[in-house]
Amino acid sequence: MMYKQIERNKRHSVFIVAGFIIFVLAVGAAITYLMNGEIFTGMILAVVLGGTYTMMMLMSSTNVVMRMNHAQEVKDGSQHRRLWDAVGNMAMVARIPRPRLFIIKDSSPNAFATGTSPEKGAVAVTTGLLDRLNHEEIEGVIAHEVAHIRNYDIRLSTIAVALVSVVAIISDLGIRMLFFSRGGNNNNKHPILLIFALVLVIISPLVAMMIRMAISRNREYLADASAVELTRNPGALARALEKISGVSQPVREASGASASIYFSDPLKRKTAQLFSSHPPPKERIKRLYNM
Amino acid sequence: MGTGLGIGIGIFIIVIIGGIALLVITWFTSYNRLVKYRNWVEEAWAQIDVQLKRRYDLIPNLVETVKGYAQHEQETLTQVIEARNQMNNPDNSRNEQMAANNQVESMMGRLFALREAYPDLKANQNFQQLQEELTSTENKIAYSRQLYNSTVMEYNTKIQSIPTNIVAGLHNFIQQEMLETPAEQRENVKVDFNTGDRS
Repeated sequence: MMYKQIERNKRHSVFIVAGFIIFVLAVGAAITYLMNGEIFTGMILAVVLGGTYTMMMLMSSTNVVMRMNHAQEVKDGSQHRRLWDAVGNMAMVARIPRPRLFIIKDSSPNAFATGTSPEKGAVAVTTGLLDRLNHEEIEGVIAHEVAHIRNYDIRLSTIAVALVSVVAIISDLGIRMLFFSRGGNNNNKHPILLIFALVLVIISPLVAMMIRMAISRNREYLADASAVELTRNPGALARALEKISGVSQPVREASGASASIYFSDPLKRKTAQLFSSHPPPKERIKRLYNM
Repeated sequence: MGTGLGIGIGIFIIVIIGGIALLVITWFTSYNRLVKYRNWVEEAWAQIDVQLKRRYDLIPNLVETVKGYAQHEQETLTQVIEARNQMNNPDNSRNEQMAANNQVESMMGRLFALREAYPDLKANQNFQQLQEELTSTENKIAYSRQLYNSTVMEYNTKIQSIPTNIVAGLHNFIQQEMLETPAEQRENVKVDFNTGDRS
């Protein structure tokens, strides 16, 4: 069951990312089609813009994310011995280098991981998590974060964030250009395609956001399954989730931009399923108990 | 006709060369993968070994500390030391070494339980620290053992599946044994986690 879920999640992710890339290309194509009836300039534009932006995002460092969330690094095991050991143990079982460890002073229990490759991995936990969860449950949460690093989830979600921004930029650009170029050479465009392209450009930022959140939710399920592969203890992770989702207080230090990387939604928003960065905790808990 | 035959032979030779190349590449990659997995198994065992040695070194200190507070528990102390001496026999198979260690683990449980009868011992700084260290080591052993087993499983699966099984057979890659965990031992570890720390 556990391995099957990991396989299925990996397949889903590949489909979603491929779909995302096609979507970005389509938006680019739609814009130049609206302008002058041809699609290739827009596609090339989308590739260049998307490529550069994604590369830039991927190169920005762990330290930036940690500073954004006011995290302090723990350099050795003397202070938080059990937490330090848990990170080391999980990294060992996952066969990745020991990630750096950070602590965020915040009473809301939560955690997250960053680093676009296992070598640059880092894990952050809030003090609230250390206060409220027992050792076994903390270990489950750490395993979940280490799984994110091992599965290259952070790279994937960074790409998704970058592509969302690119779609927003080009659709904004496209709409502006359409307003200012009210020229008359509409003769070589098919009217239905024209409407389709127009609609696509207008709703694209929304759709991009939905795809991004779908990726994020999907990876959460995968990380839960992998965490169980590491600890062989689904119950502890489920209880951790129960405890964390039972707290309605948001993480004060969490910036909106990094919300989707947290263990559980740090902003405690009540959004529609399609736009939420995390799957509902109830569903995650149910899947854990089914493993 | 002559050129037709020439082309035919040409294609035939290309197919043969291509086939051989494919075979060689498969052979190389299979062999390299087997070596990688076998090294992983050895590395995973080394992880366990490091922790076992660490525990081996810590036990005398613990026994010394307990001795000062609990003279009447001579029997338990002797048993712990005896169990420890069984631990480090290099002639034993990996499973035998682990069995000796399980013995030590249950002995240690008894040693830690003594602190309830001797409040002074419970308050001793040195005792607390040793206990923390040993708990952490025990925890690491549990995880390295799990890593070892999952690595052995992957390695054994590789040895048994086509086409690596042919390469494995010719180059003497043999199956490895997984470490067995007695049922009550697992329970012990779990209880230990749930109660949080023992100090």
